[in-house]
Parts: sequence; C-alpha cells; structure tokens
Amino acid sequence: MIKIKNISKSFNDKSVLRNISGEFDKGKTNLIIGSSGTGKSVLLKCIVGLLHPDTGYAFYDLRNFTDADKDVKSEIRREIGMLFQGGALFDSKNVQENVMFPLDILTKMPYDEKLDRVNFCLKRVGLENVNKKMASEISGGMKKRVGIARAIVNNPNYLFCDEPNSGLDPQTSILIDELISEITHEFNITTIIVTHDMNSVLGIGEKIMFLHKGDKLWEGSNEDITHSGVKELDDFVFINKVMKSLKGTKLV
Amino acid sequence: MKEFGRYMIFLGSLVVRRETFITYYRLVVDECMQIGVKSISLFVLVSTFMGAVTTVQTAFNLVTPLVPRYVISQVVREMTVLELAPTIMAIIFAGKIGSSMAGGLGTMRITEQIDALEVMGINSSSYLVLPKIVASMLMYPLLVIVAGVCSIIGGYLVGTLTGILTPTEYIMGIRSIFNDYTITFALIKSVVFAFLIGSISCFKGYYTQGGALEVGIASTEAVTSSVIAVLLADYFLANLLL
Repeated sequence: MIKIKNISKSFNDKSVLRNISGEFDKGKTNLIIGSSGTGKSVLLKCIVGLLHPDTGYAFYDLRNFTDADKDVKSEIRREIGMLFQGGALFDSKNVQENVMFPLDILTKMPYDEKLDRVNFCLKRVGLENVNKKMASEISGGMKKRVGIARAIVNNPNYLFCDEPNSGLDPQTSILIDELISEITHEFNITTIIVTHDMNSVLGIGEKIMFLHKGDKLWEGSNEDITHSGVKELDDFVFINKVMKSLKGTKLV
Repeated sequence: MKEFGRYMIFLGSLVVRRETFITYYRLVVDECMQIGVKSISLFVLVSTFMGAVTTVQTAFNLVTPLVPRYVISQVVREMTVLELAPTIMAIIFAGKIGSSMAGGLGTMRITEQIDALEVMGINSSSYLVLPKIVASMLMYPLLVIVAGVCSIIGGYLVGTLTGILTPTEYIMGIRSIFNDYTITFALIKSVVFAFLIGSISCFKGYYTQGGALEVGIASTEAVTSSVIAVLLADYFLANLLL
C-alpha cells in the first residue's frame, strides 16, 4: 500500500499541487485522473521521488520514502517498476537487453536465469520472437508492452504507469489496460496509473483519485464516478455527447 | 556562478551511490570504443594535414638562407607537441565527442530514459556520465599521441615530396634540441582537456529540458563552453607548468 500525506508542489511560485492526501491499495489498479495540466504527472513524480514535494510525504508500506536517506530510497526504488509515457526504452539496447537491464544492474542472477525471466515477462505481455529487435524498430504499442515487461521483470511491489494509453489506438489501449490490470492482480502489486482516458477509468479504475487544478476533489471507484455529485468531475466524465446521454445510468 | 555551482554539485554526484566495478568496467570499455577507436580516422586525417600545412607555412616564412632548413621540422615538432596535437585536437574532440555526449544525454533526458534509471534506484549521473569522463581521459591522451605522430609524418611527407627539405634534414630537425618535458606537458594538458570536455558536455546534456530544439542548443552550448574552458585551461597550464 502507498499512502500520501499533504503533498504540495510549486514551480516558480506557481502552485501545481495543494495538500494532496490519499491511499493506494495493494492488489488494485489505482488511478489518478484529471484534465491535462492538473498535476497528475507531477503527483506521480513526487510519489516515485523524481520530484521532491515542497511539503508532504509518500509512504511505501509505512516506510517514509520522501524523507528517507539516499540508500533507503535506493532500496525502495528497487521494488518499483515504472511504465513511462513514451516507453523510455534505451535506444542503444535491443528489446531483450532493455527488459534484462534491471536484472543486470540490481541482481546477481546467472545469465540463463535472467534470460528465462526476460522471456517469461515478454511472453506475459504478449511479445515473443522480438528479443533482438532494437527499440526504434518496434511500434508504439509494442514499446508500451516492452516497457511493462521491463517494469515487472524484477518482481516489483509497486507499479507506476504514466499515461499508458497515450498515442495508442483505442483497441491497443484497452489491451494495455487489461494487461496492467491482470498483472496487478496476478502479482498482487500496488499499481498507480495516471490517465485521462475514460476507457481506462471505466474499464480498470478500482480506486480513482480525481485532481482538478492541483486539488483533490474526489476519490472513489469506477462504479461511483458517474454519480459523484462533483461538478468538475461530471464535466470531465461527461465531456462528449455519448457520455452525456448516459448521465445518471450505472456504467460499470 | 550559479551555473558553476551546479556543475560542481553535478561532479560530486558522479562519485556517490556508485554501481559495481564490473558495471563501470564494461561501460568504460564501450565508451572507449565510441570515443577513442571511432575517432582515430578523423584525428589521423586532421593531424596529418595540420603537420603538412605547418611545414609549408614555416618554410614560406623562413626566407633567410642563414637559418638552416632543418629548423622547419624543429618548428613543426614544437608546434605539434606543445599546441597543435593537444589543444587544436581538443577543439576537434569537443566538436565530435562533446556534442555527441550532450546530444545523447539530452535525448535520454527528454525521452525519460534518465528518469527510468532513477526510478530503478540507479544513480543516473554516475552510471551514464562517469564512464564517459573516464573513457575520455583514457582515450584522448592516446589520440593526442596518434595526432602528434601523424602530424610529424604529414610534415615529413609534404616537406620531402615537395623538395622543401631533404629527409635527412627533416629527421635532424625533429631530433635536435629535443626537450622530452614537452611530451609530458602535452599529456598533462590532454588529460585536463579531456576531463573538461567530458564533464562540461555531459553537464550540458544531462540537464537538458524541453524537446528536440533544446537538445540541439545543449549540444552547441557543450561545444562552446568546452572550447572556452580548454583555451582558459591551456593558458593557465602553460603559465603553471612551463
């Protein structure tokens, strides 16, 4: 479980996040949603330590990550897997080397064992016989899958996904969402996904935090999202005609 | 001053939370291939022509018959060892390797590859930058030696083939009044220049923010700042060590 408490962050006196608190449950797909520029990615970066919050803390299973010294942070980070928006695969390495990279650096496993683990993870994300392809030779959807394989190769306790569907067609988006959800349940991981894709929200949002202009306005599940009573959230959810026509009905 | 402070903090970050020795060993060997081996042809080409041009120009300026012809190769040797090989090649090195380092790291930054390393618990600056600086400091002195040899050979070929001086005169000039400290001085300079080019270029690339345009700007700044630093260091080292 990850708990955040009173996280605030400003850039050049511009407040991006204000006193965000909440809990992200283990074995569930936890979503942080909101329009572009509401601070979702900043919050995620504060949680994983890529940004240091001005105030507040992130706790990983009761371990204070934000104020931990570098060695403790390093230890906790080795339990983290992260899928970046663009995949963030290493250009100079092929698919196999990319997925094997965390094992090369963080473990002393023999090569054959590492290769077995890499092949298992690639198979798990639906990719086979692409081991030797360079990152630049594969499609956007495949990059996301390789990114997921790399994120889970080290058996993480925590999985973070920054807009996993960006740039993907709706069909591939749903496949990626389902894959993340399955992996979360299968390996009992605490997963946090940042997204503004309503398909993801309705499809896999077991616990959802809604941000608006740097404030947390709502928290709940995808079952409750259509009758939250929060105007800003309604504006976000019922943005198109199809969704407007479904207002008031139970979607999940 | 703020930028200088950031640079010093950046240098400090390279030596904390290091990975295993074998990890660095592999990375340094890879970087040596990129930085050293793949630069040899350019260095050979440039330095050979540099030696050739120096020979022709020195001969052109030595109009008096009172100065023996072998002085031409002596001048070529001194210029090559003291300045052309370590300093002018440093500018070439900054243009080729410095811009490549800054561009590579800048691209890694904007495509979140550096963030990916950080999230894995790896000290990205140490992992990515330290091997580049170490490889630069190992390979650049070797490249300077290659450049020095090629420059003198270039001078020999042009000098003898165009009849400026005989092979005997050229070799006599190369060997006369030779102070071997100049070689030591050139190698000390090359190590310092390699450190400056490697660290400044990586610093510029590592802190790139924005997109493709900013990566280009970082590469340009890396070359500009490295060249200025090399020229300043050249002056101070000459004052200090000669």
